Amino acid sequence: MRFYEYEAKQVLAGYGVALPQREFATTADAAAEATSKLGGPVVIKSQVLSGGRMKAGGVKFADTPEEARDHAAAILELTINGLEPAGVLVEEKRSVEQEYYAAVTYDGRAKRPLIIFSDMGGIDIEEVAEQYPDHLSRTHFSASRPFSDFTAKVAVASVGVTGRDLNQLTRIVAGLARLFLERDMTLAEINPIGKLDDGSIIALDCHLDMESEARNTHRALLQEIGVPDDDNRQARPPTQFEIDAANVDAADTRGVAGNLTQFDGNLGLIIGAGGGSLTLFDAVRAAGGSPANYCEIGGNPSVSKAAALTKLICEQPQVEKIAVMMNVVSNTRVDIVARGVIKGCIEAGFDPAEKIAIFRIPGSWEEEGFALLEKYGVEYVDRSVSMHEAAERAVAKMGA
Amino acid sequence: MSILVDENTTFIIQGITGREAVTMAREVLDYGSKLLGGVTPGRKGRDVHGVPVEDTVRAFTERERVDASVVSVPPAFAADAVNEAIEAGIKLIIVVTERIPRKQVAQFVEYAQQEGVRLIGPNCLGVISPGKSKVGGVGGAVDSARRAFVPGSIGVMSRSGGMTVEIANSLSEAGLGVSTAVSIGGDAIIGSTYAELMPLFDADEQTKGIAIYSEPGGRAEYELADYMAESGSKLPVVAFMAGRFMDEMPGMRFGHAGTIVEGKADTTAEKIANLEAIGISVAERIEDIPRLLKERIEG
Repeated sequence: MRFYEYEAKQVLAGYGVALPQREFATTADAAAEATSKLGGPVVIKSQVLSGGRMKAGGVKFADTPEEARDHAAAILELTINGLEPAGVLVEEKRSVEQEYYAAVTYDGRAKRPLIIFSDMGGIDIEEVAEQYPDHLSRTHFSASRPFSDFTAKVAVASVGVTGRDLNQLTRIVAGLARLFLERDMTLAEINPIGKLDDGSIIALDCHLDMESEARNTHRALLQEIGVPDDDNRQARPPTQFEIDAANVDAADTRGVAGNLTQFDGNLGLIIGAGGGSLTLFDAVRAAGGSPANYCEIGGNPSVSKAAALTKLICEQPQVEKIAVMMNVVSNTRVDIVARGVIKGCIEAGFDPAEKIAIFRIPGSWEEEGFALLEKYGVEYVDRSVSMHEAAERAVAKMGA
Repeated sequence: MSILVDENTTFIIQGITGREAVTMAREVLDYGSKLLGGVTPGRKGRDVHGVPVEDTVRAFTERERVDASVVSVPPAFAADAVNEAIEAGIKLIIVVTERIPRKQVAQFVEYAQQEGVRLIGPNCLGVISPGKSKVGGVGGAVDSARRAFVPGSIGVMSRSGGMTVEIANSLSEAGLGVSTAVSIGGDAIIGSTYAELMPLFDADEQTKGIAIYSEPGGRAEYELADYMAESGSKLPVVAFMAGRFMDEMPGMRFGHAGTIVEGKADTTAEKIANLEAIGISVAERIEDIPRLLKERIEG
């Protein structure tokens, strides 16, 4: 779950990291007022869950409250990578002499947390890693032991920083690492960290991603910084179709029938489970098909749950047919899914024989499931037909 | 041979009285696996399908040899269960539980490494050496498991539990069969990666080739490529890469917790190029996996 910059900075402040004076504003007038209060030149930054704000025109400088009002009004209207801003952050403008980069994340290969530090902040860090490897350090540490400051010092000193800068940066990086561990982040990044003309070093931006699974553990913190319980921070706001599917999944704890993402095609997909869904979605596209959705079913959902998801997908006006496909299943009963999809189809007012392009779920109780599909005239295949062939057959029926 | 588990492997299930674990106990007993019993705190004295339930892992390890434990407890208790198994001296721990926060996984993985414990998962379906032992839910009920997993010559490693079964099934139908299939788990941090299991397959006489299932996200495929280049492993490897559509959708999470495109290296296109560069064949379709393996083994 990604935080807005203004929220991330609130969290960061709790770990002793120095930050510019700032105010969060949701209207142009409030931005002007914040500028008067800060009393000098400011920078106005779009609060949007996306990178590339500067390039998109989401960051502007203002010398007066009037100028701030105009800029804020424009930024509040600006969509960046399809995302609406939650507001603007108005910050005192500081003159920066040198920029640094610091991030803490997990390294799946070393299976440990990792500090990435560079004295070339402000630019794309992957580019620094490729072109200026000497300017970037990678320092692993233990997630089990309390974080010790020397690890941060090593990370900073490794790129050649010393003197007063080393000690200031060590404090910032150590604070970031402690925040990362204590708050169950999957990414904690400051880019850039800025050294100001008076020699002090502060965090100019901050990007935090909290592990969704750990959200309940940090409910108090989320309340403190004003994140509502139902705010799930997806990369784009969910569509009604997606919200309805999530409700279907939540209404019944037996198995999974949800994790739906809407696409703009005409073939509804009831597919599973995790890896099977990825494989089948690719297979449909490789066959020239155009999926109306991604989803996941599995873990032996009940008849009513499978029916509710099927009904929902069939009712979408853009959906012409649906394809019901899974990998060879271990613990999902084929007959239960078959009953569910037939029921859902009929409840949505469609003939299963027409609406269901193909049914391909091999596994336990498949004879019973196939008998039922036979009765309703639905085309089904067993494991002798591969996932890719099944997807091709479904696509071949579209537009016929 | 086979790797990790065979007909002599004794094991327990932590969380054995849970709904899914009860089913798993039935399946593994029917398969002929040596399930000794299970642990659920406060349920000592009961039994599940005829095997005893104890309050602690030590209750088992103090009276008999326990080769492995399957951890199937809710996410909030998973780290504690893994720690208990490590402390009791169990050397193979298979963590089925999904949705365990990454920090806790990093912590118990570190503990396992220090104690020389082999950890599989989290978020996996377990390990099966066909005809010998099934440790976990992989393959489901005994008849389904026997049908999809015929004893044979191919080692399978998969980030998806379901696709472990699908791929094994395609190998079985094609007459190649499976030596051992390992559902390695779909999380960003897992106990054993492809590269860490490869030496076991390399040392196994029964294994003549390897099939892997992979997804976007993480660096495990690069680690495998490095291993293959450095070790001089002779085993032919065929990979299948799902989630190609995700290359166009950075930042969106589909499928498993570890499946997300955050940088160029996480994309399927980049991973495929890297695997092919060191001679790993990448199958376009599942049914191509047995065909490519046959070509490589015979050629």
